[in-house]
This record gives sequence, C-alpha cells and structure tokens, in this order.
Amino acid sequence: MTVYLINAFIYLCAAVITVPLAKRLGLGSVLGYLIAGVVIGPVTGLVGSETVTLQHFAEFGVVMMLFLVGLELEPRMLWSMRNRLLGLGGLQVGLTSAIFAGAALLFGLQWQIAVAIGLLLSLSSTAIVLQTFSERGLSGTPGGRSAFSVLLFQDIAVIPMLALIPLLALPELAAQQGDSQGDGHQEMILVSGLDGWLRALVVLGAIGLVVGAGHFLSRPLFRFVAQAGLREAFTAASLALVIGVAALMTLVGLSPALGTFLAGVVLANSEFRHELEANIEPFKGLLLGLFFITVGAGIDFGVLTSSPGTIIGLTLGVMLVKALVLLGLALLFKVRRSDGWLFTLSLAQAGEFGFVLLSFSLQNHVLPPDLAPVLALVVGLSMFLTPLLFIAYEKLVIPRYVGSDEEREADHIEEQHPIIIAGVGRFGQIINRLLTASNIPTVVLDQDVGQVQNMRATGFTTYYGDVTRPELLHTAGIEQASLLVVAIDEPEAAVILVEEVRREYPHLTIMARAFDRTHCYRLKHAGADYVVIETYHSALAMAAQALRSNGMHPFRVDQLRAAFDETEARGHQDMYAVWQEESEGERSGKSYHDRYRQLHEVMTDIMQSHRDDKHDRSERGWTPPPKGYTDDYEKG
Amino acid sequence: MLDQYKGVLLLFAHPSLDRSEANSELLSASRGIEGVTVVDLYAEYPDYRIDIEREQQRLLDHQVIVFMFPMYWYSTPAILKEWQDLVLEYGFAYGAEGTALQGKDFVCALTAGGAEHAYRAEGYNHFTVRQLLTPIEQTASLTGMRYLPPFALFSSRTAREDQRLQQHVSDWKRVLLALRDQRLDLDRASQLERLNDALDSLIGGAS
Repeated sequence: MTVYLINAFIYLCAAVITVPLAKRLGLGSVLGYLIAGVVIGPVTGLVGSETVTLQHFAEFGVVMMLFLVGLELEPRMLWSMRNRLLGLGGLQVGLTSAIFAGAALLFGLQWQIAVAIGLLLSLSSTAIVLQTFSERGLSGTPGGRSAFSVLLFQDIAVIPMLALIPLLALPELAAQQGDSQGDGHQEMILVSGLDGWLRALVVLGAIGLVVGAGHFLSRPLFRFVAQAGLREAFTAASLALVIGVAALMTLVGLSPALGTFLAGVVLANSEFRHELEANIEPFKGLLLGLFFITVGAGIDFGVLTSSPGTIIGLTLGVMLVKALVLLGLALLFKVRRSDGWLFTLSLAQAGEFGFVLLSFSLQNHVLPPDLAPVLALVVGLSMFLTPLLFIAYEKLVIPRYVGSDEEREADHIEEQHPIIIAGVGRFGQIINRLLTASNIPTVVLDQDVGQVQNMRATGFTTYYGDVTRPELLHTAGIEQASLLVVAIDEPEAAVILVEEVRREYPHLTIMARAFDRTHCYRLKHAGADYVVIETYHSALAMAAQALRSNGMHPFRVDQLRAAFDETEARGHQDMYAVWQEESEGERSGKSYHDRYRQLHEVMTDIMQSHRDDKHDRSERGWTPPPKGYTDDYEKG
Repeated sequence: MLDQYKGVLLLFAHPSLDRSEANSELLSASRGIEGVTVVDLYAEYPDYRIDIEREQQRLLDHQVIVFMFPMYWYSTPAILKEWQDLVLEYGFAYGAEGTALQGKDFVCALTAGGAEHAYRAEGYNHFTVRQLLTPIEQTASLTGMRYLPPFALFSSRTAREDQRLQQHVSDWKRVLLALRDQRLDLDRASQLERLNDALDSLIGGAS
C-alpha cells in the first residue's frame, strides 16, 4: 500500500511541477508530461518497472478521449467527412506502411517483420495530437479536421492490423522463445474459440448492442439517475458506460477506443452530452497525463546511449518519411497553405497504438526481441519530438501566412459564438425562443430532467446538467461563448454562479435574472453586466394596460411608461450606490428606506407635472407652444 | 361615379391629444359618421410599428383619403410621415404595378399656429400653406390621386378664445359629409389656395 501511495505521489508531483512550467514556456502540456516522465524514470530512477503495467492502465485515457471525441461528433458530421476519412486516412496508412515495409526489406529483414514494422510506424499519436489541438484551438481548422480524419481512420485500422499480425508469426521465433511470453497484457477474448463467420456475427452483434442500447436505453437510464439528483451517481453512471463499452469491445476482440468512440457518436445528440463530458473529462485528463508520463519514463536510455546515431537517425528518418507522405496527401486533397503544414507536421510521429502493436507483435512472435526496444525508442522519441513540431508550426509556419490568410478567414468563420442559457424554465425559455428564432446559436442547460425533456419534445435542443459546476460550463463551450444568461431558479446559486464565472472569465458578458431588488443588487455586485427583475416589465405592461382601459390615449400611456422606466432606472442607480455603501446589517436601515420613499416622490412629481403649458421634458412628449407665441413674430 | 362610392378614410395624427384644443374637437366631430372611417394613428401605433398590409387595405376600401393633423415645422407630425414612408410602397402606390391609389381623392385638414397673413409671400412664413405642403401634393400626383387644397385653421392656439373654433368645426363637418356624398365640386375646389374659402359655392345640394 505504502509503495503505491509513494509512487502515486511521485507521479502527481512530477506532473504538478513540470506541466505548468512547460505550459508557461509555451511547450504545451503533452511535452510537460513527457519531460516529467523522463525526469522520474530514466534520469532519476524514482520509478521503475511498474511503468509498463501503468501504461496499459493509462491507455484507458485514450479510450476516454475517443469517447469524448465521439460525443462532439454527431453522426451527420461523421457521414459528411467519409471522403476525407477513407481517402486521406486510407492513403496515409497504406502509403506509409508500404514505404516503411519496403525500407525494412532493403535492410534485409524478412517480409513478415517488414510488414509489421510498416504497420506500427504508419500510426500516429491520437493522444498527443488531439490533446494539443484542443489546447491550441486548432480542432476547427481545415488542417485540424483533416488530421482528425486520418487519426480516426488509423484508430479503426488498428483492428484489422491486430487481426493480421498473428498471421505473420515466424515459426523460428516461436520456437526460440517458447510460449512463456505473457506479460499480463493478454486479453481475455470471448470469441477466440469460434468459427470465422460466428465470430463476425458476435462482433456485429456487439456493435449493434452499443448503438441500439446507446440510442434507446441510455436516455431512460440517465434520466433515472439524474432524477436522484446525486452528482456522484451520475459520475458513476458515466464511468460505467465508458468502462462497460470498453469491456464489451475487448471481449469480442475489438478496439475499446473504437467502441467508446461509437458510443460517443450515438450519444452526441442526447441531452446528457454535456453532463457526460463534464464527468469524463477529468478522468480522461488524468489518465492521459499518466499515459504521457509513462511514455517518458519508458524511454530506454541504455539503448539510446549505446547507439545514439542510429536511433536518432532512424527517428528523424521515420518522421521525415511520414511528413513527406502527409505533405503529398495535403497537396492531393487540396489542404492548402498553413492548413497543409499543420496536417503535415502534426501527424509526423508514431503513436501509442504503435506501442500496442509492438507488444502484440512481440507476443505473436512476429518481431525478434532485439529489434523491439529499438522500435519502442523510435516510437517514443518521435512522440517526444511532436510538441516541438507544433511549436515549429506556430513560430515558423503561422507568421508566413498571417497576412495572406486573413482575407480567407473571413469566409470561413463557421465557428459562431453561441449564447449559453443556464436555466430554461419560464424565464430562460422566452429568451431562448427569441434568440433561436433570430438564428442565434444557443446552448441551453437545465438541471431539471423533466424540463429538458419538455424542451426537447417541443424541438429545442437542451442539455441536462448542473450549471453551477464549472466543468459543465466548460464542456458547454463557455470559452467560445459570447454571452452567458443566468436564469436558474435558485437565487443563491445564481449569485454564486455569476461570481465564479466572472472570476474565471473576466471578459464574458453575463446577464442575470433577479427575483427582487436586493437579489438584483447582489447579482450586480457579483459581476453581472445586465440584470433585470423578473416581474418588472410584465408588471409595467399590465399597468400600462390599466391606464389604457381607464381611457388614457395609448400614445400617452407609452410615454408615461417610458418616463416611469427611466426614472426607475436612475433611482435604481442611486439605491444601488446606497446599498453598496451599507453593510449587510444596515441594509434594512433608515437611509435605504428613505431613498425608496424619495424615489417614489420623484416619480409622482414627474408623472403629474405635465399639465397645461408647463414645458416639461421628463415624459419626452410634444408640448404646444404657449398661447400668443406668434406675437413675438408679429412685432418683428 | 356612384359605383365607386366607398366613403372617407380619415388618418388622424396628434401626439398629445390631451393637450389639443382644435384637433381634438375636429376629431370628435368626425367620429361616428356613417361612411367615414377614423384612424387615430398615434393610438393604434404608439410604438410606430405600422401594420402596412392593414393600412393598405384601408386605402383600398375608401375613395377619399384625409390627413388630419396639426402642422409641425411646415409638415406633418412624425407618425404621418412614417405612415407615408411605409404604406405608400413601390408596387402598391407607385411604380408600373403600383396603381392602387389611382383615381382617389386626397385632402389635408390641418391646424396652423400662425395667422393667415403670416402664410403669404410677405408674411414671416413666406409661403402659403398649400405651397408648404407641395411634397404631399406631389405625392398625390405621383400616386394618381386628385389633390384638393388643404382645409386649414389659422392661429389655432387662440381659436377657442376668439370664438372661431365652433364655426371651423361645423364647416369641417359640412366638408366631410360633402366629400363622403361626393357633392363637392372637385374641379373648382382644386384651383383654390384653401378649401375653407367659398364653401357655399363648392358644395351642392343633397344628391
């Protein structure tokens, strides 16, 4: 137990120290984790052999990441990118594998080994690339999306690769090593004993189960859990979903990452999307960080120092070849200019699935044991160098295109800045209706499952979630939002929410609904830019109707109402100032009440001071000139 | 001519009716007459959101169009200008297809603060009321309406004290009924500076 605690402490400390440092230096968090791994692993030797076991565990971060990626990707979007997915991805994997396999043949390796090497080097690192994309806001660019298509294809391609590798087994290697290889990574595969066609059937059945259950069963289930109102219950349910899907996939011999990706896509349209994201996100972040640390810690400096020239040369060669293939594809698929460079540079490394294929090939006697550490080092180093390529992209590529890209930016601003509406009860609903009717994109959140259901039934996209959680606002995209409307039912929670959001996002515009005057002042004090008391305008509308039915001319009613509104607003300012000066205890005190009475007196004055010829501008209406005003002209 | 009989549409504009002396009287005198539709524009559209379709339908439904208003800065109050800008659309009131108003009759009934002698070349307003309303006259011309000279009350701020208001209001009622019944000699009337002049000779007996 103590050993685990100490190890955990070492890993966490290394991350806590190096990651913020790396971010501050502009290197990105991935490089930070990698460096942390190198420091605690090969450099200081604080951690040892358990990193390998830990890495298998941390690979689950990749699984979670693909689930989150799937959540962001509606089926419609996936379908629309099918050409890039098959074209770009297929060609990248095919060409790169062929070139590396060819090179390996030239080095005099057996063709089986050459194919395995080609396959494992063709893959790129989904974890590093997607993490860096989202950190640097590159996911939405054409280059970023093309890269994503390739990564997705690679993740899918891993499955047939895993099926292919055992067929490449070299009998002489198997004889050499005996069958003692099992390193604890041996998967329990349910279907291994079945015939080919039966196996296919089970696999298809499992996929069908994920899609069907995701579509029909998940909603009632999540609704049931959400109604309990226990935050941790929902977190448990989210984790159960991801882990369950991953388990099912490994049981039938599919990639868990692909399975959870599929589950994510199925749930992308669901009202629980943002809440799921908010729950899984922290786990993903931690596991992925751990994964990068283990990659860093796993770098075998012994091999590196024994033949540094070969290893570094191989690594750079691999990256160069990958980059050239990608550059060619970028030209072929018209991914131009800075986007083409992003595509080329971001994917020019080998990836974590390379490790998986490596150990799988080793188990299946495809690769000789002396070659494996070299390959592992090449894969690891290329991943290590990737953040540098991103930095090169930012420092060398972007400046070249800054001027010329600007005009192009204008016509593909697809990323609109949505308005987030927190709370969609009686009040938020009206706001959402006007905004959506005006074609303004909104992200609507509510923590009442029934309310979310109602809204969805009437055709408004609404998500379930507790908006007072910062993670939920994050997954709802508050960083990109132009405005937050706070219309939740709990006055206290609203004040706290405004306070928190104001602290985190000083430049975001916040509007809030108040229940009464004091609540209004508290919201303003908390940092809301615009506050309206929920009953004010409706009461004013009814008062105006009362004046009209009493026989007053509608135009005059409108003017009086406007005059009232303006006076009230001015009075509000004064009252707020008084409120701010006074401490909590004095607020009910004399001067506040005095102010209130004063305000009403001023109001009455203004409303009645218009009679006859008295010129008064408070109501901003037309007033006739005095009788006999024409005399002034006649005399002249 | 009789099959064209559709009555009078009176568009009234006064932004402070509760302070009005002359226009409020003229307005009440015009209400409740069969064949005369009175629209208080400021009451119907206090926020200036004029319902264009509805106003155009009203125009189609009537033969005579009347603007009734106090003259502000030698023109109509704001909402009446807004009404013209929005309702007299291309394709409805003007343009090749815009023939909806062809053949209708148009008249302004207005009140002016200055005395009659001020609205002359030698007076301090330098122009007659009819001259000042030239833009409206041209609007009527372009839309194919027959333009009648304005029915105007001068020195309106003191009309009540000077006992002129009663006479003016009853004159207006005579004009309104004659317009409705098409008893007004339109050809002769259109030559005048002001419709108030020579009412007796303009209005024929009951037809």
